[in-house]
Amino acid sequence: MKISIWNRHFETMPREQMKAVQSERLREVVERVYYNVPYYRAKMQEQGIGPEHIQSLDDLQKLPFTTKQDLRDNYPFGLFALPMSEIIRLHASSGTTGRPTVVGYSRRDIAVWSEVMARTLTAAGVSNKDFIQIAYGYGLFTGGLGLHYGGEKVGASVIPISGGNTRKQLQLMNDFGSTVLACTPSYASYLAEAIDESDIRREDLKLRVGIFGAEPWTDNMRKEIEKKLKIKAFDIYGLSEIIGPGVSFDCEYQNGLHINEDHFIPEIIDPETLEPLQEGELGELVFTTVTKEGLPIIRYRTRDLTRLHYETCKCGRTLVRMEKCTGRSDDMLIIRGVNLFPSQIESVLLEMDETTPHYLLVVDRINNLDTLELHVEVEDRFYQDKISELQNLGKKIKHQIESTIGLSVNVKLVEPKTIERSEGKAKRVIDKRTLK
Amino acid sequence: MIIEQLSVFLENRSGRLHEVFEILGKANINVSACSMADTSEFGILRLIPSDPAGAREILKNNLFSVNVSEVISFAAPNSPGALSKALKILADANIGIEYLYGFSPGDKSFIVLRPDDAQKAVEEFQKHEMELISASDLYKF
Repeated sequence: MKISIWNRHFETMPREQMKAVQSERLREVVERVYYNVPYYRAKMQEQGIGPEHIQSLDDLQKLPFTTKQDLRDNYPFGLFALPMSEIIRLHASSGTTGRPTVVGYSRRDIAVWSEVMARTLTAAGVSNKDFIQIAYGYGLFTGGLGLHYGGEKVGASVIPISGGNTRKQLQLMNDFGSTVLACTPSYASYLAEAIDESDIRREDLKLRVGIFGAEPWTDNMRKEIEKKLKIKAFDIYGLSEIIGPGVSFDCEYQNGLHINEDHFIPEIIDPETLEPLQEGELGELVFTTVTKEGLPIIRYRTRDLTRLHYETCKCGRTLVRMEKCTGRSDDMLIIRGVNLFPSQIESVLLEMDETTPHYLLVVDRINNLDTLELHVEVEDRFYQDKISELQNLGKKIKHQIESTIGLSVNVKLVEPKTIERSEGKAKRVIDKRTLK
Repeated sequence: MIIEQLSVFLENRSGRLHEVFEILGKANINVSACSMADTSEFGILRLIPSDPAGAREILKNNLFSVNVSEVISFAAPNSPGALSKALKILADANIGIEYLYGFSPGDKSFIVLRPDDAQKAVEEFQKHEMELISASDLYKF
């Protein structure tokens, strides 16, 4: 099998050489933030360090962390390292919990973004022969434009349809012969259902590859989508604070996501002690962007939990691989003192044949006791006339969940398609405790 | 003699039952018999429509979970002990009963019954010359 690699030089670079590249770029970025961003200078001075203390990759841990709160505190442009005349693009997060976080790109940053997205798409087998339907939102959200630049860079025919408008998605997918679909996994799942219910026949579509990310999803969900849409689904990972999509990507072996580490140096830390962890240990992912000009960011705490693996991949890439994120250090629910990630619930449901991946967790506090209620859709294909069988299904789900997460849960069976389908990020949890 | 019955999964939400009948009414589908079983969490509506395939299609299109099961229907005199006699036939033949529903409007009682083996139940009833009601008879009522 011929393996396509966009930038063989960097993507298959021997480890020692990569370390040298990273060390050199780290020195440069530290100088840039020290002299151009008062916030970083003050923070480094507080810790008694200057650019001269950062000579190589080994010195990375001397540097202070940056958090989302730091970005908010310096809203909107306080952490930018270039004058605004050099910033050609602004993106912002949705900011549901406060001020949005704003990110700025120089002309070169946009070029780097295109480069890392071209690597991402090439690894998924996308080329100038493809039609890529981009159903990520275009706008302040980085998803749409990130894919757009990558698609253009590899020379594919880009269809910038943006998110939503499902009827139009299906029409263009059919009429234009889209071969690649890029969107969130939950929207892909929604589109699969919409295709089933439409007059379009799957065999008339040319779709073969899915580029899915922007929300956590499990391997089981991948299999489910691949089966439903009859495509190969590739995971992508990114966050706007680092660059947007293109931070890391699946190759055809799908054995962890390759991080574009010549641009974004990863670390894994213990989220409690903030100490660095060893290769293979589960912890919080931290990035330092070494080539960014507009908004270089030092040791950014992503809150995403994962592990890193450094051995060379079967695809030939030496780029370090990160496992699919198993949860977020801040999305984690604490129910009666037990840590719970919604993705754990999802895995259990997907392992059972009788349920759809559509679920909603409702957390409440009644008489000072946390309660957990799980709404699961009763799909037509396993619905039974007998009450006893439905009750057994409820009990089976309850038992499986309880034995996996070690918490008691009330399972409520609901009618199909009554749990909200999102065209953006899926809402899986309603925590009523925080509303009181 | 076997009749197709639809059962529809319903959440306990007010207005949901009404919606089912409104959808069927608009599609000009008549319902000859129905029964509602409920638990604290959900309900199952069982009904015998004049057009089972059409009713199923339209309910599925309206996103209901629908299941088809085989039931039988029979008439018995509206007098003490008549139902007991009918049920004994099934009990003697070792045929289990999932559920039944019925009523007695005058001289006769009408029963819809879901046996665990519908074909065998029909045969036993025919052997004992019970008055079975076919699907086409039922729609005429």
